[in-house]
Amino acid sequence: MTTEIALSAAPAARPARSRLAGLAVLFIVVCALPFLVSSYTTFQLTLVIVYSIVLLGLNILTGYNGQISLGHGAFYAIGAYVAAILMDKYGVPYWATIPVSGALCLVVGFLFGLPALRLEGLYLALATFALGVSMPQLIKYKGIDTWTGGVQGITILKPDPPFGLPLNQDQWLFYFCLAVAAVMFWLGWNLLRGRVGRALIAIRDQPIAAEAMGVNNAMYKSLAFGVSAMFTGVAGALGAIAVQFVAPDSFSIFLSISFLVGVVIGGIASISGAIWGALFIQFVPNIADQISKAAPWAIYGVFLIGFMYVMPVGVAGAIRIFWARMKRKAGSSPQRSG
Amino acid sequence: MSAKQLVVSAGVSIGLALAAPYALAQKKYDAGASDTEIKIGNTMPYSGPASAYGTIGKAAAAYIKKINEEGGVNGRKINFISVDDGYSPPKTVEMARKLVEQDQVLLLWGPLGTPSNTAIQKYMNAKKVPQLHVYTGATKWNDPKNFPWTMGWQPSYQAEARIYAAHLLKTKPDAKVAILYQNDDYGKDYLKGFKDGLGAKAATMIIKEVSYETSDPTVDSQIVQLQGSGADVFFNITTPKFAAQAIRKAYDIGWKPVQYLNSVSASIGSVLKPAGVEKAVGIFSVEYLKDPQDPAFANDKGMNEWREFMKKYYPEGNITDVFNVSGYASIQTLIQVLKQCGDNLTRENVMKQAANLKNFEVNVLLDGIKINTSPTDFAPIEQEQMAKFDGKEWVRFGETFGK
Repeated sequence: MTTEIALSAAPAARPARSRLAGLAVLFIVVCALPFLVSSYTTFQLTLVIVYSIVLLGLNILTGYNGQISLGHGAFYAIGAYVAAILMDKYGVPYWATIPVSGALCLVVGFLFGLPALRLEGLYLALATFALGVSMPQLIKYKGIDTWTGGVQGITILKPDPPFGLPLNQDQWLFYFCLAVAAVMFWLGWNLLRGRVGRALIAIRDQPIAAEAMGVNNAMYKSLAFGVSAMFTGVAGALGAIAVQFVAPDSFSIFLSISFLVGVVIGGIASISGAIWGALFIQFVPNIADQISKAAPWAIYGVFLIGFMYVMPVGVAGAIRIFWARMKRKAGSSPQRSG
Repeated sequence: MSAKQLVVSAGVSIGLALAAPYALAQKKYDAGASDTEIKIGNTMPYSGPASAYGTIGKAAAAYIKKINEEGGVNGRKINFISVDDGYSPPKTVEMARKLVEQDQVLLLWGPLGTPSNTAIQKYMNAKKVPQLHVYTGATKWNDPKNFPWTMGWQPSYQAEARIYAAHLLKTKPDAKVAILYQNDDYGKDYLKGFKDGLGAKAATMIIKEVSYETSDPTVDSQIVQLQGSGADVFFNITTPKFAAQAIRKAYDIGWKPVQYLNSVSASIGSVLKPAGVEKAVGIFSVEYLKDPQDPAFANDKGMNEWREFMKKYYPEGNITDVFNVSGYASIQTLIQVLKQCGDNLTRENVMKQAANLKNFEVNVLLDGIKINTSPTDFAPIEQEQMAKFDGKEWVRFGETFGK
C-alpha cells in the first residue's frame, strides 16, 4: 500500500488538457451551487469547504509526512478563537483575521513540532492527543476569560456581502470560504507537487535514506507540523465566522478524531481526498442520526467499516483505481474489436 | 333583479360577512402548521459527553406519540423532529438551521445545554422562531425584552439561590455565611441569586467567598479556608464530584455549619453516598420534580400515571431516571401552549400563549407547584420546595417557595 501511495503522490505529468477542462466545469458547478440549493444547505457546504482545508493541512502532516496527529482540533480552536477575539474585542474585520489565525497557528505548530520530533508514530499520536484533550480546558482558564468569554464562549456577527453584491450572508460566506480554500489548495498543491513534497514522502517512507540524500529531516518535520497547523488555523477562523459562535465545548477531542477519520476516508496523501473526507465528516453523522436515534454512532461505525472495506485507500484512491481500470479497458477494447 | 335573486345574494353576502372574519380569526398558520399537522423541532445530545440527557428527548417523543394516538392537539397531529447535536454548539447551530430552514418547523422546543442555546439564541431571535422551554438553568433565558423569542422552563439557578436566602433570613438572620462556588457562569448565577435574596444584609452576612476551577483536583484547601473564617452557614455551589469532596472534608475537619447544597448536586446516589450519608445528615436543598426513587411517591397518582405511560410508550426507558420525569413534564407544558393557541398557530401567537400560562399544573411536579408566565416573566417554573436530608432520603418540608 505504501508504495502505491508513494507512486501516486509523486509529481504527476503536466495535467492533461481534458483534466483542466474537467476542473473548469467542476469549478463552475461549485460556483453555481449557492443559487441552486437552500441557504441551509449552502451553510453546510461552507462547512465542507472549511473542513476540506483542515483535512488538506492534516494530510500534509499525516498523509505525506507520516506523522499522526490526534490534536488538530486544538489548532482549529486556536484559529477560531483568534478570529473571534479579534472581531469581538478589537473590531477587526473578519477577512483580516484569517491571515492572523494562520500565522499564529504556523508559529504554535512549528514550536509544538520541535519537541514532538523526538516522538515517533504512536508516541507522537499520544502527545498530540494530550494537546487536543487539554485545549477545551485551557480555553476555560480564568486568567484569559476576559478575552475568551470562559465557558460562555463568544458570539460573533455574520458578515454582510461587500460592495452591495446581490447575495445573502450564507451565499457570500460560501464564496469567501471558497476563495480562501482555492488559495490554500493552490498553496498545498505547489508545496506537495515539488521538491518539498518529495522530501516529505521520502522522510515518511525511508527516513535514513532521505537523510543520506541530504534532506534535513528535523527541519522538514517541524515545518510540516507548522504548515499543517497553519492550514488548520485558517480553517478554524473560517469555521468560527460561519458558525458565528465559539465555545470550549465546540472543540472536544472528538473533533480531532473526526479530522483524522476524514483524512483516512478521503484518501491518505491525496489532495482531492481532502474534499471527500470533508463531505464524509459533514454529512455521514447526519445520515447516521436519521437512521437511528438510539445508536447514531454505531451506524457511523458501520459506515466507517464499510468505507474502509470497500475503499481501503480512501475515496480518492478508489476513484483513481476506477479511472485507471476504465482507461485500460478503453485502451484494450479497440484491439479486441480489430 | 328578481326577488329570489335578491334573497339569494343577500343571503350569500350576509353569509360571507359572517364567515370571513370568522375564518380569519379561526385559522392562521405560520410555516410548520396546517389543518392536519404541527411540526416541532428539537435538538438533544443523543451522543457525546452529555448523552445521559438524551432520554429527555426520547421521553418527550414518547409523550407526543401518546398525544397523537389520542387524536392530537385540537385535531392536529404533532410531527416531532428531534435531532442529535452531540452537545456541540456548532452542531446545534447547523441542526437548528436545518430544522428552521429545511424542515420548516413551527418552533424549536427544548434544545439542551447552556452553550448550545447561547449559540443559536441570536439566530432564533433574528428569524423570529420560538426557542421554547430550553433545557438549561441559566437565568439569561428570562430576558423577554432583548430576546422575545427565547424562553426557559426549569427553575433558574438564581431563583433557587433566592429560596435559600429566604429560608436563611427566616431561620437564622444573624448567620455568618461562607460560600464555595464554581468559577463560571453557573456558579456566579447562584452567587448573584443568593446575594439578591439576602438584599441589604448580604454584605454583612456573607463573610467569606471562595471559588474553585473544574480543573482543580480537590476543594479540600478551600474548605479549610472557609472553616477558618468562623462561618456557621455553608452554601455549597458545586458540581457533583466537588460537592461530595466538600461535604466529606467539612465533616472530617470538624466543621459543622448549617449547609445548603445546590440542587445540581442533590443526587443521593452520585453525591451523598460517595461523601458518606452520615456526613450529609441535615443538609438543605430544593426539589421541584417528583423523584421516581423517592418512596413517598410509590403510590402517588401522578407518578403512577407516569409509570403507566413509561410502560406503554417508552418501555425501554429507565423508570428510576428523573430525566424521564422531566421530559414528560416539560413536553406537557408545550402541549398546553399549543392547546391555548387554538387555530391561531402563528409563531407570534405561540410566544404569546407561552407567556400566558396561568396556574398550569403537571402531576409529576411536586404538589403545589404551578407554572405561571407573563409577557414580562419568561420563567415557567419558579417554585421549589425545600428538603432536608435525613441520612436516607430527602424529607421535604414547609410550603413551596418562589412566585
